[in-house]
Amino acid sequence: MREVAIIGAGLTKFGELWDKSIRDIFVEAALSAIKDAGVDHVDSIIVGNMSGGLFVEQEHIGALMADYLGQNPVPAYRVESACASGGVALMQGLREIASGLSDIVLVGGVEKMTDAEDITFALATAADQEYEVYHGITFPGFYAMIANAHMKRYGTTRKQMAMVAVKNHKNGSLNPYAQFQSEITLDTVLNSTLVADPLRLMDCSPVTDGAAALVLCSGDIARKHKNSSVKIIGSSMTTDTLALHLREDVTSLKSVNLSAKKAYKMAEITPEEVSVAEVHDCFTIAEIVIMEELGFVEKGKGGKFIEDGYTALEGKIPVNTSGGLKAKGHPVGATGVAQAVEIFFQLTGRAGKRQIKNAKIGLTQNMGGSGASSVVHIFKPY
Amino acid sequence: MSIPKYWREIPQRYRLEALKCKKCGKIFFPPRLICSNCKTQEFENIRLKEEGKIVTYTIIRVPPKQFNGQAPYPVAIVELDDGVRIMGQITDANPEEIEIGKKVRVVFRKIQEQGHAGIINYGYKFILK
Repeated sequence: MREVAIIGAGLTKFGELWDKSIRDIFVEAALSAIKDAGVDHVDSIIVGNMSGGLFVEQEHIGALMADYLGQNPVPAYRVESACASGGVALMQGLREIASGLSDIVLVGGVEKMTDAEDITFALATAADQEYEVYHGITFPGFYAMIANAHMKRYGTTRKQMAMVAVKNHKNGSLNPYAQFQSEITLDTVLNSTLVADPLRLMDCSPVTDGAAALVLCSGDIARKHKNSSVKIIGSSMTTDTLALHLREDVTSLKSVNLSAKKAYKMAEITPEEVSVAEVHDCFTIAEIVIMEELGFVEKGKGGKFIEDGYTALEGKIPVNTSGGLKAKGHPVGATGVAQAVEIFFQLTGRAGKRQIKNAKIGLTQNMGGSGASSVVHIFKPY
Repeated sequence: MSIPKYWREIPQRYRLEALKCKKCGKIFFPPRLICSNCKTQEFENIRLKEEGKIVTYTIIRVPPKQFNGQAPYPVAIVELDDGVRIMGQITDANPEEIEIGKKVRVVFRKIQEQGHAGIINYGYKFILK
């Protein structure tokens, strides 16, 4: 397979973008990535988007975005895997180039959530409609169930979960693209409104509009490229049951574990070699479980791992330097691409006030539903 | 929710009808066409046990639109005595009484309704034993 690299990245500001449409934000991020890469054309466009149909009543997103980007008639299509749509778009872009079918691919992710009639309903379509959602469960509810089971079995505390939110807001305060750019305290989290016990409002990622884009190309082109670029050395996706109740162990996210193992193997690295990671902290408990599944810490110790500061900006393995889904925001279909944009910035020394030192290998982990899809990518600078 | 969409699931929602793989014995609820364990496509019809224990739970405080007025309500994953796990609400209980590991029994209840003129949806809930 051919080597694949990222040579340019772009983002919109994340947040409630009332004055902008889905096409505006996609094109803004895409133009920024194309300009950053300095390319004069792309061979193909892949758009990660969870639910244009339910959020803005617009399907057929691929061709629409190609048009508004002035790129008709290049092939352009949308890929969907719930909140992992962005990660899957990146994986698909990599596959196009690795196979030799394309040389330069624009991989974008976009979601315009604030236009929706019923956001809770749209998000819930990522779960089993007939046997879960039918009974009145919500996405905070799924992760609350994981949290209760994790607390019971491993002694994970309410406070440890709150620490994830505090850390990610602190990182978000250093990110000009983040939806929330202010620090919060443990008390803010612990006293916020209960949404689904034990999770409170400040354990949850917000509703966000936003877009992210990457320009991918073959290794041959990247090596001649004037800017610093980053190669993708690991890429994998795994799936699990859509229904949480069909899983043998509700304290685990097996697909995260399996996708990480596959990506480590492809990249020929161990978890200890990862210098910086962007992971799918849709709820605080998710980041704790993901730490365990990625092999950063042993099973059951994820709470202690955050408490001891290992994942802080100045810690051994900084996690969600961008602010994560919690503070940077979570425009669902854009998230997987935005995670890779942050790693690209970190590995090329462009992460501003949140830049970590000596970043050698970066990892992204993007998840759909309550872990029915998980996508992991591993990156290394040239 | 369209009427056929609701009607199709009645055997499961009203009677806990499931399929047991004739080769490996794995039980599937809801039914499916191929065993995910041994890939066999031959099953026998069974009904699930109506008692079990709480694997995990939450209390929904911010409900989906069609459950407005019902919150707060508990939702749990229950492992029935035949080893099959299902999700549903726990009814007739105070949130403080609910704990992981507690025994429950399946009951038949109204789940939701489709507005003032639409159909009423029924199914299983759990009560503490």
